[in-house]
Amino acid sequence: MGDSHSAAITVEGLWKIFGPKAQKVLDSEDRHLDPAALREKTGCTAAVRDVGFEVRPGEVFVVMGLSGSGKSTLVRCLTRLIEPSAGDITIGGENIGRASPARLREIRRHQVSMVFQHFGLLPHRKVIDNVAYGLEIQGTPRAARHERAEEILSLVGLDGHADAYPDQLSGGMQQRVGLARALAVDPQVMLFDEPFSALDPLIRRDMQAEVIRLHREVGKTLVFITHDLSEALKLGERIAIMRAGSIVQLGTAEELVGAPADDYVADFVRDVPRSHVLTLRWLCRSPEPGESLDGPELPVSTVIRDAIAASSASAHPIRVVDGDELAGVVDRVDLLSFLSGQETPVRAGA
Amino acid sequence: MKIRLLAGLLALGLTAMGCGGATVDTSTSSAAPEAGASASGGSAGTVKIAINPWVGYEASANVVAYLLENELNYDVELPEIKEQLAWEGFETGDVDVIIENWGHPDLKKQFIEEKKVAVEAGSTGNKGVIGWYIPKWMADEHPDITDWKNLNKYAELFKTSESGDKGQLLFGDPSYVSNEAALIKNLKLNYKIVTGGSEAALIKGAQQAQAQKKPLLFYFWDPHWLFSQTELVRVNLPPYTEGCDADPKKVACDYPEMDLDKIVSKKFADTGGKAYELVKNFNWTNEDQNAVADDMTNNGMTGEDAAKKWVEANPAKWQAWIPK
Amino acid sequence: MSSATAVGRPARLGLPRWAAPAGAAVLFAAAYLVFRDTATLPHNKEAAPFLAVTELREWIDDNRNDNPLFLYFLNYIRLFVGGLYDAFHTVLLALGWPGITGVMGALGWLSGGRWIAALAVGGVSAFGLLGLWESSVDTLALVAVAVLLSLAVGIPLGVWAGLSWRVRRVLTPVLDVMQIMPTFAYLAPLALFFHIGAPAGAIATMIYAIPPAIRITALAISEVSPTAVEASASLGATGRQTLFKVYLPLARSTMALAVNQTIMMALSMVVIANLISAPGLGGDIIRGLSRAQVGIMLPAGVAVVIMAVVLDRMTMALSRRDAHAATSRADLAGAGALAVAGLALIPVLPRVWPENLTVNVVAEVNDAVRWAETNWYPVTTFIKDVTTRALLNPLESLLTSAPWWLVALAVLAAAWRVSGLRPALTALACLLAIALLGLWEHSMMTMSTVAVAVLVTLAIGLLLGVAAARSPRFSAVQRPILDAAQTMPAFVYLLPALALFGTTRFTAIFASVIYAVPPVVRLVEDGIRAVPATVVEAAASAGSTPRQLLWKVQLPMARRAILLAANQGIVMTLAMVVIGGLVGAGALGYDVVLGFSQRTDFGMGFVAGIATVLLGVMLDRITQGADRRSSPRKRKFT
Ligand SMILES: Nc1ncnc2c1ncn2[C@@H]1O[C@H](COP(=O)(O)OP(=O)(O)OP(=O)(O)O)[C@@H](O)[C@H]1O
Ligand SMILES: [Mg+2]
Repeated sequence: MGDSHSAAITVEGLWKIFGPKAQKVLDSEDRHLDPAALREKTGCTAAVRDVGFEVRPGEVFVVMGLSGSGKSTLVRCLTRLIEPSAGDITIGGENIGRASPARLREIRRHQVSMVFQHFGLLPHRKVIDNVAYGLEIQGTPRAARHERAEEILSLVGLDGHADAYPDQLSGGMQQRVGLARALAVDPQVMLFDEPFSALDPLIRRDMQAEVIRLHREVGKTLVFITHDLSEALKLGERIAIMRAGSIVQLGTAEELVGAPADDYVADFVRDVPRSHVLTLRWLCRSPEPGESLDGPELPVSTVIRDAIAASSASAHPIRVVDGDELAGVVDRVDLLSFLSGQETPVRAGA
Repeated sequence: MKIRLLAGLLALGLTAMGCGGATVDTSTSSAAPEAGASASGGSAGTVKIAINPWVGYEASANVVAYLLENELNYDVELPEIKEQLAWEGFETGDVDVIIENWGHPDLKKQFIEEKKVAVEAGSTGNKGVIGWYIPKWMADEHPDITDWKNLNKYAELFKTSESGDKGQLLFGDPSYVSNEAALIKNLKLNYKIVTGGSEAALIKGAQQAQAQKKPLLFYFWDPHWLFSQTELVRVNLPPYTEGCDADPKKVACDYPEMDLDKIVSKKFADTGGKAYELVKNFNWTNEDQNAVADDMTNNGMTGEDAAKKWVEANPAKWQAWIPK
Repeated sequence: MSSATAVGRPARLGLPRWAAPAGAAVLFAAAYLVFRDTATLPHNKEAAPFLAVTELREWIDDNRNDNPLFLYFLNYIRLFVGGLYDAFHTVLLALGWPGITGVMGALGWLSGGRWIAALAVGGVSAFGLLGLWESSVDTLALVAVAVLLSLAVGIPLGVWAGLSWRVRRVLTPVLDVMQIMPTFAYLAPLALFFHIGAPAGAIATMIYAIPPAIRITALAISEVSPTAVEASASLGATGRQTLFKVYLPLARSTMALAVNQTIMMALSMVVIANLISAPGLGGDIIRGLSRAQVGIMLPAGVAVVIMAVVLDRMTMALSRRDAHAATSRADLAGAGALAVAGLALIPVLPRVWPENLTVNVVAEVNDAVRWAETNWYPVTTFIKDVTTRALLNPLESLLTSAPWWLVALAVLAAAWRVSGLRPALTALACLLAIALLGLWEHSMMTMSTVAVAVLVTLAIGLLLGVAAARSPRFSAVQRPILDAAQTMPAFVYLLPALALFGTTRFTAIFASVIYAVPPVVRLVEDGIRAVPATVVEAAASAGSTPRQLLWKVQLPMARRAILLAANQGIVMTLAMVVIGGLVGAGALGYDVVLGFSQRTDFGMGFVAGIATVLLGVMLDRITQGADRRSSPRKRKFT
């Protein structure tokens, strides 16, 4: 891959097959069978099948899919918490598959850390020692790691809970501890495996906001697993949708909503209020001859919902600009027909 | 890497422990009296006298122990070890003295002659004989019952719920010297050995049998205090002749009268000093033993008390044993 | 043959469910009548395997000091364990009773607060009061060594097994067999390889006590939250770091249970180890046995029970402790004060418990027993004779006079029906091995004793279990008694049996019944309680009387629990019946005892030990039923 250095994570041809005869399956044509048939025939489960993607530095990359679609397996393969059956993984320019155990530990210690669905806190340790765990493992002296842990705890809003034990905290607070633990080692990449799905909706919203804030503040590359579409849309710059181990579509939220690759994805995004996701890019058309170009000017990335106010405030069609260039116009009729659910012609430049 | 390290350490350890390897008597707790001296200040050492499970033995052991403790200032341990295991104790250092040995020519050969871990320490002065006994009332009622040839005729009398359809021959502790199985087989007796498990079971059986006129055939031995309290009659088995018990499987004769003797470990004989001398000199009569045993069993005395009583009553006897 | 009538399963269409077993029983009975007294295998004291082992022993005795295996390996182990024992013993002696009392009190305080401390102090003082100070110290040292070694070997193995299913798969069947091995079976091989004395006793105890250490540790490790482990790995922890920072701390409280069970097992073995001349309280118990004086045995038995209770409560408190609560200042101070007081008093007070402070009850107890003997004689003899004549003797003569192949067939059929083909084949193999070893007749005799004991145990166990399941009040009264009963080492149960019945086979039956009833009651009660409330409600709403409810709903649905109870009952009964060899149970147990008592019979005793194991495995497989054993936590002693 030519520009692999510009990407934070590159994954290519990744396979994970669980079962005693994994390698044999991989080498045979059986690997193309769909998972149910494969299990029937060989007793093996193909959890990840020929997955490839790139994550840009500082990006929030979301992987989404139904339960059992292989998300957790995929994300664990990235740092070889689960040993992949085949494929190449590069993180920060380094080939993970070829890393020695010691090197792999170094990568886990300093470059990539992970937040888990069920928190994975150590109940016998105080919050502060949980947060400092990663540093402790690296051999950081006690005073230094506690100082760092205190800092991180206040970053995630857990001041004053340092000496509590995990089971004395609420679920949301516990996951903040998990988050703090992952942050404490100052990694470049953070992996989240459905971190908020065990939390109730209100707390979940808080935590999502927290992640967005942190992302803005610390600017890490995030790989975020979820099965909750609204979470994916809220957080993800790009979203990969997995089904039965494969990625069926990878794109921005509006690409998925606007142009689902198949029925599975379409089904997924059906309930999404499209006006909240799609941007003017999807709606604008070339101005018709004689059409007024005096209307307000909005960038192409404006979400349609946000364009409505501008449109109603002016009699003229909105001018949609991409940088300095005019990308097209959108008038009230366009907006109304879109909102009323009529199929909108895809006019955006590909 | 690790394996090589381990192997190295192991080799090192072995060399360190001495290339000769470890023998069973390479014991950390030495049986020799000197080594035990630390336990309580001023003691001359520790002597371990095995306790075999019959009261006559205990009587002898307690008198010797009493004298060792009070006259020679030794510590004495009296571990409960059965006859044959006690011989093995000479080898492991668990036993210094067997104070009353009943024959055991095979063990003598093995431990004294071959392994050289034990030595004889002379007679106790007691004469011992094992035999089969019945309560006196039975001999009175059936005068011919004391001949072994008639035992089958009376087998019916001796039946119990434990012996089923055969006559019962009550036996004592499993560790006792025993030819019973061979005798029953070789004399074709219609009897089954039922193990009472202890001397006490034999005594209780004998007492009940005489008092309540219940039939009983049982294994017993002399010297024993019981003979002075309960009338017992010995059943005559084919008489003992020299060597008739040479092959334990072919025995078909009565037990011989034995000179009971003392056996001590080689180590004790070599390093036991005055304690060894005392053990060697110890020598008394069946009456002496019975008196002490009787006190222990029937007069509620502990071994120590009974020994004390005897010692106080018989100074002349024991003073001859004390080494100069 | 009666043993063919197994617990029923819904039979094929048309026939009533009892038809097949009944038919089989009739067939077996007919075969027995035709073939009785043919193809029997009477006991022969000179069977080839016995002689071979006796010879082997003689060879070993002659070569113990020059064969390399002994010289460079086994004797070193012996030496090491012996050294360890001496070290412990010396330290305990040096501490003397003030020191031991103080230290035990302090440990008690640290593990569970002042009540446990008080219990420990009281317990240790009781050893002295009972006049058993020295034996108790010996036993304590022996238990300490055995437990230490068990844990030193068992915990790493358990951790390994907890981490690797492969290891677990190899270990599980071994542990299964070890757990049904009667205590007696361990003695002869150990005497063979490690001679007699404290080291051999400690090693025997250690081996006996190791299964729970491994099992519960493995369980504890495998129960550690996989996410916590993964989280640790994801942060780049090495395997060792994860082990020490995640696995072990998280498994700690369950592992305290492993320690607890190991100690309990050790205590029940350490007494029996006296048969190979291990020192301690076992000596007093055996002394009492060989003089038939309950007065001597009782204090020693009580001392063993006290030791068990103290150590049990201490370790249980440890496992129940609130994970986060750091030991408070006050507790530390209390414990420290106790320890310091104890240590400071060492030079002042005598090391050995002063004799004038002992309570000597030997004479009183003996008198009481004598009184009971004479006054209850008619009753006890009646019970004993009726059971022996009506059940034991007929069954014994049935089993010993039936052709061996018929018994084998019956075992195969019964095991197949109750547990399936594979266990049935294992059972058959065990039985055939017993025949080949030359212990057929004695095994049949032991089996009859076990059968009678199990029958009585199950009858009582079901009765009490059902009663407890139906009446919470009864259960509340019964539970603590059961708990206490399960803390007692097996040996102690011989005492009342011996006091009441002298030395006969019935004594062993009585002892094994009181030994095995508690777990059976517990399993039955739990099984019936586990019947879903909705099912009971549905049956009740259909108008069932309580009796109908019991017979038609609760008992059938608790079938598995009952089968498990039967299985446990049988395994425990066998263990006890074998120990009963010491008090007149005869057959295999007596062979083992004889093996230690008479050198010429060593081989027979050794092989009898193996036969008890085979018998145990066989009986276990016959009654294994649908489900495998209960969780090791519930299992107390075997
Ligand atoms: N260790 C394993 N051994 C065998 N099969 C496994 C293993 N782990 C996962 N699988 C299988 O792989 C498939 C994908 O599992 P995975 O946990 O990756 O799904 P997921 O998308 O994370 O689901 P969820 O949303 O429920 O967490 C499933 O069919 C699962 O059964
Ligand atoms: Mg998952």
